[in-house]
Amino acid sequence: MENIINIFIKSIFIDNMVFAYFLGMCSYLAVSKTVKTSFGLGVAVVFVLAITVPVDYLLNEYVLKAGALSWLGESFADVDLSFLSFIMFIAVIASMVQLVEMIVEKFAPALYSSLGIFLPLIAVNCAILGGSLFMQERQYASLGEATSFAFGSGIGWLLAIVGIAAIREKLKYSDIPAPLRGLGITFIVTGLMGIAFMSFMGIQL
Amino acid sequence: MSDKEPLFSAKNRKLITNPIGAQNPITIQVLGICSALAVTAKLEPAIVMSISVMFVLVFANLFISLLRNTIPARIRIIVQLVVVAALVILVDQILKAFAYEVSKQLSVFVGLIITNCIIMGRLEAFALGNKPWQSVLDGVGNAAGYGVILVIVAFFRELLGAGTLTLPAVGTLTIIPQAFYDLGYVNNGLMILPPMALVTVGVIIWVQRSRNKDLIES
Repeated sequence: MENIINIFIKSIFIDNMVFAYFLGMCSYLAVSKTVKTSFGLGVAVVFVLAITVPVDYLLNEYVLKAGALSWLGESFADVDLSFLSFIMFIAVIASMVQLVEMIVEKFAPALYSSLGIFLPLIAVNCAILGGSLFMQERQYASLGEATSFAFGSGIGWLLAIVGIAAIREKLKYSDIPAPLRGLGITFIVTGLMGIAFMSFMGIQL
Repeated sequence: MSDKEPLFSAKNRKLITNPIGAQNPITIQVLGICSALAVTAKLEPAIVMSISVMFVLVFANLFISLLRNTIPARIRIIVQLVVVAALVILVDQILKAFAYEVSKQLSVFVGLIITNCIIMGRLEAFALGNKPWQSVLDGVGNAAGYGVILVIVAFFRELLGAGTLTLPAVGTLTIIPQAFYDLGYVNNGLMILPPMALVTVGVIIWVQRSRNKDLIES
């Protein structure tokens, strides 16, 4: 249990998706103009990460990993399908996003109208595939650990995009050198936020 | 476009030169930043990454352009993802076999070429509506525009951060002479850390937009 909480805290603050690994930067830069829309996108990312990473974990554990197919019988014990993981993960993500979109549309129309436009965008968000690939690389020991990693990364991403959106709303009133306006200053501010987040690195969990 | 048009007509040359300068995918279109920044702490992985992206983008553009009239519009994203994922698996396996050290440094970022927005963006915006040869040129141009920024960022980060330059097949070259250190020069370790990649790109954007006033955002 302690381990799961540790992974959760660590993936929000120390291994933050945006500041430490630059994942999901495209939508991070494109959608962070207002706090409201960026919060919507952030929630959608948490949602999709929390669904796809556990599914990909099970897929990796029981189908793709070296020897994962041994539950099918002796002759499958030394099959290694891990080279297929990219194509399998992206297929899971694309179909899960589609599925989530349909379910949300059917059962929660209010949520759909606020989240709906972001969901298709998310299928090609690097943070989602990155979550699954990091999960595979770090070899989490249980489904619980993988899920807590997914939740933590999603919330870390949400925190980052809401933070930059709030700063950008204030930046509108600042006198920025013309060539730096818009994209340039957003990069530099993100860099400074990243330096601030580095102060969490000393925390021992 | 008639078939008699020369392979490198002025219009086709523009397909390559535009993305390197005024239509640069990273600094102007804001695509493909995700994987661009994390691999630029050293020059070698940045070069390898640029070559990998060029391979994937050129062939993905070519295949999607060849298939463009047979792909139903509703499932085009899935078709594109499958083509790109297959190419990326190829790159990943080749890197693991022939450049294992670099492939370990690149870690998940090779896989993340699949969701690199440049690739999806070019497939959607260009390859779906243009002939194969133009699509190949567009792929070369955009990947080169991406590579140029990656190499510039990596060059400054490694030079200022570690005082060395690491080139593929050559190895690590020490650029800052020992005499400098004796006089009290210190490497700026901050440049190696992730946040400075963002600041470096910010400065590149600043320089580019100061030189070309048309690009300034209102």
